[in-house]
Amino acid sequence: MTSERILAGTHFLNGDEACAEGAMAAGCGLFAGYPITPQSEIAERISARLPQVGGVFIQMEDEISSMAAVLGGAWGGLKTMTATSGPGFSLMMENLGLGMMTETPCVVVDVQRGGPSTGLPTLIGQADMMQARWGSHGDYGVIALSPSSPQETFELTIRAFNLAEQYRLPVLLMTDEVVGHMFERVVIDPDRIQIVERRKPIAPPGEFLLYRPGADLVPQGMPTFGDGHRVHVTGLTHDERGYPVIDAQTQSELIPRLKEKVTRNAEAILDVEEIDVESADVVLIAYGISARTSLGAMQAARDRGWKVGMLRLITVWPFPERIVRQLADRVAGFVVPEINLGQIVLEVERAACGKTQVRSVPHAGGAIHDPETILQAIEEVLRDGS
Amino acid sequence: MVRSPRSKQLPAPEIVGHRPHPMQKYLRTDRLPHIWCSGCGLGTTLSCFTYALDQLGLDAEDVGVVSGIGCTGRTAGYLNLDSYHTTHGRAIAFATGLAVAQPTKKVVVFSGDGDLFAIGGNHFIHAARRNIDMTVICVNNFNYGMTGGQYGPTTPIGARGTTAPYGNYENPFNLPYLAASCGAVYVARWTSLDTRRLKEAMVEAISKPGFTFVEIVSPCPTNYGRRNRLGEGIDELRHYAQRSVIRHGADPAEADLIPGGDIVVGRFVDRRRPTFLEAYESQVLKRSLPERS
Repeated sequence: MTSERILAGTHFLNGDEACAEGAMAAGCGLFAGYPITPQSEIAERISARLPQVGGVFIQMEDEISSMAAVLGGAWGGLKTMTATSGPGFSLMMENLGLGMMTETPCVVVDVQRGGPSTGLPTLIGQADMMQARWGSHGDYGVIALSPSSPQETFELTIRAFNLAEQYRLPVLLMTDEVVGHMFERVVIDPDRIQIVERRKPIAPPGEFLLYRPGADLVPQGMPTFGDGHRVHVTGLTHDERGYPVIDAQTQSELIPRLKEKVTRNAEAILDVEEIDVESADVVLIAYGISARTSLGAMQAARDRGWKVGMLRLITVWPFPERIVRQLADRVAGFVVPEINLGQIVLEVERAACGKTQVRSVPHAGGAIHDPETILQAIEEVLRDGS
Repeated sequence: MVRSPRSKQLPAPEIVGHRPHPMQKYLRTDRLPHIWCSGCGLGTTLSCFTYALDQLGLDAEDVGVVSGIGCTGRTAGYLNLDSYHTTHGRAIAFATGLAVAQPTKKVVVFSGDGDLFAIGGNHFIHAARRNIDMTVICVNNFNYGMTGGQYGPTTPIGARGTTAPYGNYENPFNLPYLAASCGAVYVARWTSLDTRRLKEAMVEAISKPGFTFVEIVSPCPTNYGRRNRLGEGIDELRHYAQRSVIRHGADPAEADLIPGGDIVVGRFVDRRRPTFLEAYESQVLKRSLPERS
C-alpha cells in the first residue's frame, strides 16, 4: 500500500476496500466505526491508510457513538465517515437525524446484509432502502447512492463526500454484501477525481448567520470549531442563528427546507444509467448488485427477441421520479428486482401512477436473484400487456 | 477529616441589583433569561465555569462546550463559545470527534447525571478508558429534572421520584469511583455551594491533558428537593453543604453518597497517562509510514 492519499493506478480490490480508498481520495480526515460484518474490510483498510496521511481512525464503543463522533469531527473541520451494516445502521438512526437537523456533512456507509435483527450477518440483503429514506424520526431530505461494482463504490464514495459538502447533510452510501466482497479491477486516475471542499462562511463572525440559506436552500458556509464564529449547534428546532425556538412557525421555516434542499436540487443530484431504454417495451429498474443480476436477465430476454432495457438507479434517493413517470407513458411495464420484499418498487408504483404495469421481483435475502426469476417477470409483463 | 467551613448556618442570600454579569464575555446574553428554576444549582455552576475560563485566560475561541439533553444539557446554549447541544447521552461521543479534530482546543462536556450515566454511560467509560482529552462536568441533581423528576442512576436508595413513588430501590453509581476505575486522570467532587473550590477544580480539570471529571452535587428544588422534603433550593443546598466533608486524595471507592451520610468532596485523582492522541501519535502515526532507509 502507498502512503499517498490517492492510490493511483490499477488495483484488484473488493468493494469495501474500494470504499475506503474512495474516502481517502475524497479527503476523509476521521473515520469512526464499530466492527460489523460485512463492512469490516472498510474499517480495516482505513485503519491502515488514514494514519499514513495524518488522519484519525477511531474504533468507537458502538454505532451510536460512531455516528456522533463523525458529526463532532465534521464540526471540528474534518471530512468524516462511518461505515456499518443493518444492526449498526439501526443504531445510527437517532444521530443521523441530529446530522440532518444540524446540517452536518459526513458520509454513512451501509453494507447491507439480510435482516431484520441479526438476520444473515454474512449474506446479502437490500432491505434497508426504506430505512435509508425514513429511518430517523421526523421529516428530512435524503441522498443515498447505490454502487454496483468496486469501481463504482470507489467513485460514489467520493461523490458522497462531495454531495455532503454541497448540500450539507449526511450522505448515505447504500452498498451491499456482494458488492462489498466482490473483487474486481479498480482503476484510480487522480486526474479524474474532483473534490468539493467545505464552503467557508460567507460573512465574518458576528455577521454570519449559521443557518441562513442561499438560493439553493443550503446554509452559506460552515464554521469550524475555534474559528471565531462561536456557533450554537442544536438538534432542537432552531432559527437562522442556530438558537432553539420551540414553536410551529420556526418548525415550518426549517423542516420543509431540510427536505426541499434535496428535492429542489434533485436534477443536479440525480444519477442513473439508462441501458437501451429508448427502444424498450419492458424496463428493468434496479440498483446495487441487483442491477448486475438484471443484466443477465436482460441479455436472456434479448436472446428471445424481447425489447428490454434497464434504468439503473445510481442515486436511489432522491428517487428519479420524473424519468420513471415519462417512461410509464410509453412502456408495457416495469420490472423491479430487489433483495427485499418490495421497497423501491413502491416508489416506482407511485411514479408510474397506474399508467403501466409494475412488477416486483422480491427476494428475502441471503443470495442474489436467479436471473431466471427476473426473466419470468419480464415474460409476465409482456404477456399481460399484450 | 476536616469539616467544610460551609457547614455552619448560612446567611440568607443577598439579592443584587441588575448589573451586567462580570463574565458576560462568555455568555450569550441574547439568550437570557435562562430556563432554569429558581433555586437550581445550574446557574451557579455555569457562573463558576465562566470564572474558571477567565482564570485560565482562555479566549472564547479556545474552548468548545458539548451538552446532551436535559436541564444541564441547556448549558451549552447560554455560553458564547462554540457550543453543541447534541442528542440524549451522546455528548461525549460527539465531543470525541470534536476533540480529535481540534487537538489544540479545549473540549468540555457539560451534562447531567441521567444523560451522562444512564443513556450515555457507555460513552463515559470508554472515553475515560481511551483518555480522550476532554473535561466532563456532571451536574448531579439525583433525578431527571427536565422530564419531571423520575429516579435515575444516581438517585440515593430510598429517595422518591415520580417513577419511584415508594422510594428508589436501585443501587446508585458512585461517580468518582466509576470515573477513577475507568481511567480518568483527574476526578473531583464539590457541591454547587462551594463555588471557589469548584472553580479551582474546573481550572485544574480543564488545564490537565486527558480525560478529567468533576461531579457537582447540586439542588433540584422543583423536583428532587420537593419530593424528598429538602425544602427550597437554598435549603437543599445547605443540606448538602452541611453534610460535605473535604477529603482530598480520598479513596473514591469510599465516596458513596448514602442518605444521611457524609458527602465526601475534594480532589480524588490527579495523575498522568498518555492521552488518546499522544498514544495515537507515538503508536500509530509513526508506525504507519514506510521505513525510510
